[in-house]
Amino acid sequence: MKNVVTLLVGILFGFGLALSGMTHPEKVLGFLDIAGTWDASLLFVLGGAVGVTLCAFRLVRRLPKPVFGSQFFVTQAKQLDASLIVGSALFGVGWGISGYCPGPAIALFAAPNWELWVFVPAMLTGYAVQRIVKNKLRPNDTEADDSSVCG
Amino acid sequence: MFPSQFVYALAGGVLIGSAAVLLLWLNGRIAGVSSMVINVMFSRERLWPALFLAGIVDGAALYYLVGGSAPVARDNFPVWLLAFAGVLVGVGTGMARGCTSGHGVCGLGQLSPRSLVATLTFLSVAIVTTYVVRHVFGVQG
Repeated sequence: MKNVVTLLVGILFGFGLALSGMTHPEKVLGFLDIAGTWDASLLFVLGGAVGVTLCAFRLVRRLPKPVFGSQFFVTQAKQLDASLIVGSALFGVGWGISGYCPGPAIALFAAPNWELWVFVPAMLTGYAVQRIVKNKLRPNDTEADDSSVCG
Repeated sequence: MFPSQFVYALAGGVLIGSAAVLLLWLNGRIAGVSSMVINVMFSRERLWPALFLAGIVDGAALYYLVGGSAPVARDNFPVWLLAFAGVLVGVGTGMARGCTSGHGVCGLGQLSPRSLVATLTFLSVAIVTTYVVRHVFGVQG
């Protein structure tokens, strides 16, 4: 049941992503390009999504456990560390160049073109490099191994 | 043209937010795409993130199938620049442990200070970067 739910909810997420316009990198860049002919519509994507999560997460977290699981896998991390800020900044550069954040990059498989075969392998390489460097610098930090990593 | 794309954006955003709420309510998981990709690549717990990522692809395909416009490749965009951006997105969201979905949609929904800092950082840096790429270097797809 849990797996069926995951797939169906993923479909809902992907449909919403495509409907919102976020899977069009040029539209995303048109939103980020406030000095050009600014396309403000994507502000409503984040607004709509956060509006829903802000209201509903609060209700969900009052429950003792999820419907099909034993516990909520939500990180308790509070620390504003350098890796959060530097990482977000590097992500911002990549997003601002390409118009792709990870969700729309994955969604490229639904309408593949050459950008998929360049961007996605590069992104996966980035994850691998980050992982290797982190394990070299902090071999005992297993925090990022848990699946609750979110923010 | 003016109202419809705002309606699509809002409706899409509400669906994305609803999916994030359903995943937490039903399965207790956070809908963060970068973490899912990392878990598929490196953790033992691959099944559920792989299913969700497959769902994202199916959901987008469904939208294109029912008549939604699919993205078109930018044939004049430099390949090396796109590859460079991909590496930065991977390294960056890996370091920050979250991207637009994890920090933006889910983290802000939980009023997480980490996510607020992350979202403000990547959004503002992305705006500056787009300006530099488009208006200083003149790169357009």
